[in-house]
Amino acid sequence: MSESRNIWVFVEQDEGKIADVSLELIAKGRELADQLGSELWAVLCGQSVESLARNLIEVGADRVLLAEHAELKLYRTLPYARVLTGLVKDRKPYILLFGASPVGRDLGPRVASAVRSGLTADCTDLQIGDYESKKEGVVYKDLLLQIRPAFGGNLIATIVNPRKRPQMATVREGVMRMRSADKGRKGEVERVSCAFEPGDLVLEVLSRELRQSTVRLKDSTVIVSGGAGVGGEAGFQLVRELAHVLGGEVGASRAAVDSGAIGKEHQVGQTGTTVRPRLYIAAGISGAIQHRAGMSESNKIIAINTDPDAPIFQIAQYKIVGDLNEVIPLMISALREKAK
Amino acid sequence: MPYKSVVLVKQVPDTKNITGEAMTPEGTINRAALPTVFNPEDLNALEMALQVRDREGGEVTVLTMGPPSAADILRDSLFRGADRVILLSDRKFAGADTLATSYALACAIRKLGEVDLVFAGRQAIDGDTAQVGPQTAEKLGMPQITYAESIVQLEGRSIVVRRALDQGTETVKCSLPCLLTVVSSANEPRPDSVRRRIEYKRAATKLEYKSLLAKWPSFGTEEALDAYLNERGLVIPVWSADDIDAEEDKLGLAGSPTQVHKINFVVLESTDTKEIQPTPEGIAGLVQELVREYIVG
Repeated sequence: MSESRNIWVFVEQDEGKIADVSLELIAKGRELADQLGSELWAVLCGQSVESLARNLIEVGADRVLLAEHAELKLYRTLPYARVLTGLVKDRKPYILLFGASPVGRDLGPRVASAVRSGLTADCTDLQIGDYESKKEGVVYKDLLLQIRPAFGGNLIATIVNPRKRPQMATVREGVMRMRSADKGRKGEVERVSCAFEPGDLVLEVLSRELRQSTVRLKDSTVIVSGGAGVGGEAGFQLVRELAHVLGGEVGASRAAVDSGAIGKEHQVGQTGTTVRPRLYIAAGISGAIQHRAGMSESNKIIAINTDPDAPIFQIAQYKIVGDLNEVIPLMISALREKAK
Repeated sequence: MPYKSVVLVKQVPDTKNITGEAMTPEGTINRAALPTVFNPEDLNALEMALQVRDREGGEVTVLTMGPPSAADILRDSLFRGADRVILLSDRKFAGADTLATSYALACAIRKLGEVDLVFAGRQAIDGDTAQVGPQTAEKLGMPQITYAESIVQLEGRSIVVRRALDQGTETVKCSLPCLLTVVSSANEPRPDSVRRRIEYKRAATKLEYKSLLAKWPSFGTEEALDAYLNERGLVIPVWSADDIDAEEDKLGLAGSPTQVHKINFVVLESTDTKEIQPTPEGIAGLVQELVREYIVG
């Protein structure tokens, strides 16, 4: 088989900073490439971003395809899709991965459509494995198994793309672990040429208002989350206070966010942020699967709920059946007592 | 100036309200037990298109691909103000992944002739993929503006759109035609109007004639019913694969590169759970234990 088995990661950078999800994908891609005995390539696009290439090699890339052009300064769908589609058609990678960020979810489908291959969105795990198609009576070896929650998180589906190449997936931020840099790691940087057509340049970015998010759920070692049981904005005051005493961050379930009690940037779960803190306190959260998908790997889970049968208790190490309006103040005073 | 808009919509199982009966004992999805809804962000897309039409003139065509029952959301679109609705329905479309779906939608949009704006919801709640919009745009050779929250300006052949991204907003300017995928924060979809509900409640596709005849036996034959509805402009057109000049090998299961390898139930890992009493003593003991285990600093 002469087909390349190389794995590519599209590296997202904004103003010279590589997105965390891209670094996570390089780490995962490295692991998969080693399993396949193939190479891991990173595709880096932008303007004056060459200095980032070395970093990608240090964390696991064998080769960096570097596309630098003034038209690539800020991410825009069409110029980026032009470069990436051209490279894919030319070099035929076996697997192509994107972060499931607004950029990856905008670019991935555009490229998948252009190269007429399959794309699986929002994967939470990737593996290499075989797939037997009973209908065709064929076993496909060493495919990318693309694992993702489906159906509102009630099922976990494994998706394969047996015949088309590349096998493409977007992967959620925070579910793969980064590798530390190996300063001595060797790799190549290959500069690729970019040429655009007038139709690629019909969209112009007029302005951007990026806010420095003050909510750092992903890096927090302690998270106190509130759900529907907290009861509105005022109720979250207690949750905030407990988080403050613990030096942690405030999280929320989708129900709480949808009700308008707290901002979406606090949402933990399948459609929010995936977290794995040292301590996760779930207050008034029943534990819908879509929430558990984003926090079940927490080191210790304390659940507070008035319903003794709430599903959240099944994954909690500490179960407190009670009213959070009574339990949280008790916790706060016990913690303050300890600090004295 | 008037604009010709197409809105792509989808009827989806209501995944936010999954009940125990939604899964069969064998672990497959029991679709019959799942209520269906108009995909929420598609309603935001429809509202954005209707606002453009109300301000600038033109017309709004709503297009969906799905089984005969998907006519429900087309009627709902008419109630809310759509000028025209079309159902793409054919067994050949069945089993389509996002690539095959976008191919069929693009063929149908091409059949509509020159279109200025295509709107779609950012993503559907059954798959959450957010792929069909961009893939359709690519097939049409149109630029795309995903995560669209507001049309800041629409003048001549140029549109300025604010996008709502995780880390803030971005404002972009683009030439028409283009495709927008719309987020839920964009607007509050208008409710259906009573007048339009009365006007369009009998709108139906020919796929529904059999069941309608059972309800209104006085029509006697499908032909009579068709003549009645046609006269009043209440026939919802159904387009098949042949109608949209689609190549069969790019449709449905055959045109879908991705396949489901397996489906697993989400199984709760059993954990050793320790029950703590909600009393001052119980909570104090818990805090001490957390401190002892270095979980709390």
